Amino acid sequence: MTAVLQDDDRTTTATGGEPAPPSRPRPPGARLKRHLGRQWQLWALMAPAIAFTLVFAYVPMYGLQLAFRRFDFEAGLAGGEWVGLFYFEQFFSSPQFWPLLRNTAVISVSTLVGGFIAPIVLALLINQVVGRRRKRFTQTATYLPHFISVVVVVGMLQVFLSPSDGLITQLLERVGVTGVNFLGDPSSFVPVYVISEVWQHCGWNSIIYLAALASVDTQLYEAARIDGANRWQIIRNVDLPALVPTMVVLFILNMGGVLATGFEKIFLMQNTLNLPVSEVIATYVYKIGIVGNQFSYATAIGLFNTVVNFAFLLVANSVAKRVSSTSLW
Amino acid sequence: MTTSTPSATPTRSTGPAAALRRARHQSAGDLAFAAFVGIALTAVVFATLYPIWFVAIASVSAPDLVQSGQVLLFPRGVNSFGYEQIFADARIWQGYRNTLTYAVVGTAINMLVTIPAAYALSRREFRARRVLIFFFAFTMFFNGGLIPNYLLYRDLGLLNSMWVFVLPTALNVYNLIIARAFFEHSLPEELHEAAFIDGASYFQVFTRMVLPLSKLILSVILLYYLVAHWNDFFTGLVFIRDADLQPLQVVLRDILLSNNVFAGGAGGAGGTGGGYGQQFADQIKYGVIIVSTLPVVLLYPFLQKYFEKGVLIGSVKG
Repeated sequence: MTAVLQDDDRTTTATGGEPAPPSRPRPPGARLKRHLGRQWQLWALMAPAIAFTLVFAYVPMYGLQLAFRRFDFEAGLAGGEWVGLFYFEQFFSSPQFWPLLRNTAVISVSTLVGGFIAPIVLALLINQVVGRRRKRFTQTATYLPHFISVVVVVGMLQVFLSPSDGLITQLLERVGVTGVNFLGDPSSFVPVYVISEVWQHCGWNSIIYLAALASVDTQLYEAARIDGANRWQIIRNVDLPALVPTMVVLFILNMGGVLATGFEKIFLMQNTLNLPVSEVIATYVYKIGIVGNQFSYATAIGLFNTVVNFAFLLVANSVAKRVSSTSLW
Repeated sequence: MTTSTPSATPTRSTGPAAALRRARHQSAGDLAFAAFVGIALTAVVFATLYPIWFVAIASVSAPDLVQSGQVLLFPRGVNSFGYEQIFADARIWQGYRNTLTYAVVGTAINMLVTIPAAYALSRREFRARRVLIFFFAFTMFFNGGLIPNYLLYRDLGLLNSMWVFVLPTALNVYNLIIARAFFEHSLPEELHEAAFIDGASYFQVFTRMVLPLSKLILSVILLYYLVAHWNDFFTGLVFIRDADLQPLQVVLRDILLSNNVFAGGAGGAGGTGGGYGQQFADQIKYGVIIVSTLPVVLLYPFLQKYFEKGVLIGSVKG
């Protein structure tokens, strides 16, 4: 039974996805011919997407072999002499390895936690708003920063946190906190990064939770009410459970990015003072590869990063499958 | 009793708060809770919008008043020095022109590639459907990474040309999935059956029936692609050497972050102590933030429902 349900190609074909005019007499094989003709048209509609994906996604994957070869300028993506795991060993034994791994993990796990919890809390709060207009306004306002470019967000951080005349620095000075340098102090890099990420994307990421909350049956609330539940109890026992499937799927997807920090924002926030905590794998690959022209070494570092992420995704997905029967595939 | 009341009024506002209000007896605890929600959300909205508002008022206020913290809620010492400098700065307008070109050409290519493919993938009778969905989805989780991409673009002659902004990003798999979900769940199947009985081809069905019925999803995908092109900084940074080809975001980075504020090259760079040059440099920065973000922020309230729709359509598991 489940096999039939999964193979919906076959079921719909059988139930008339491929209707034939009943009255017209046709020569034998015409149906097949027409069917192939139709499928050919679908292939034609797909062709540009397939071509672009092959060239710009799969050819670079083929180029990953550079990680195992000494780069040869003439050969390009096809690589040069085979050196096996040489570049991986070089990376693992380099003094950069542990700091890079630690920085990447700290930044992405902090972002993952903050970026995961905040939209849920916001959605639960917005869901409590009674007036439709007020709800709309709150949503519109909180989604807005999502569309501001990374460069502008980091630019705003710089003008607000500037140690000489930034607004926040000044406000802190008025209440007696002096000498802070949020942009240069290594210990404030991660908090500034995470808080600004939450500021920018929390509202947008709450949309999907609000949709899940909107589909909760109103009778559940009234039943809970009759049972004497207060609003806090209703949130805990009605709203939160309704969000669990969405939370699981988003959590798996986030796990796939456990070592995938956004390159742009970190790169833009970097300065010589915070570099000990802000140099991550993605920015290091850029500096080693594009700036430093060590193509094979940089490819190996990048591949290491991708493989770790992919492994986390697979593990998270299989755990979720077992624990909650929700999974990506 | 109350058996039929809740379901009989589908048009009334839903959600727990509305349901509770209909119950009509709010305890003190409920009122306290409502107050807490109100205060918390007001704080969230303030924290979200105030930074943007501050940048706007600071861009037209006297720099010394801004610098000494006397401009907090409304502009003071209104002047247009910052904007005059910005409007005279050829770099910004060159960046604007480049970004507009890349966004328009790029989005056109995006749509031509994404929408037909999404439609084909939405057809259940398409035998290769499952394989192809995997073929696309796999690229979301696994990729060649920066260096193979760079070398590929080099070999294709894309480096330092406008095509690097529009060709490699021709297909975004998230947008493909959203559009496919829409075609699959929102178009009536009878449409196809009727058209096929009349002897129509997929091309005819797609261009004459599917597209006119799909203005919503076309707008959503169009906007997603436009915003992505508008905000693209990475491509210019990594793959473009020529200053004349740089998009707005790279120009912004020079002005905002590298502190090359004045077009002539003089100015803020040395003024860390907050001297005269630095004050005006800050005003120009505030203005640049506004000028570069204004198109998005002005259009956004009108387009918000489309943006939101995209998330909702995409979240249908299909």
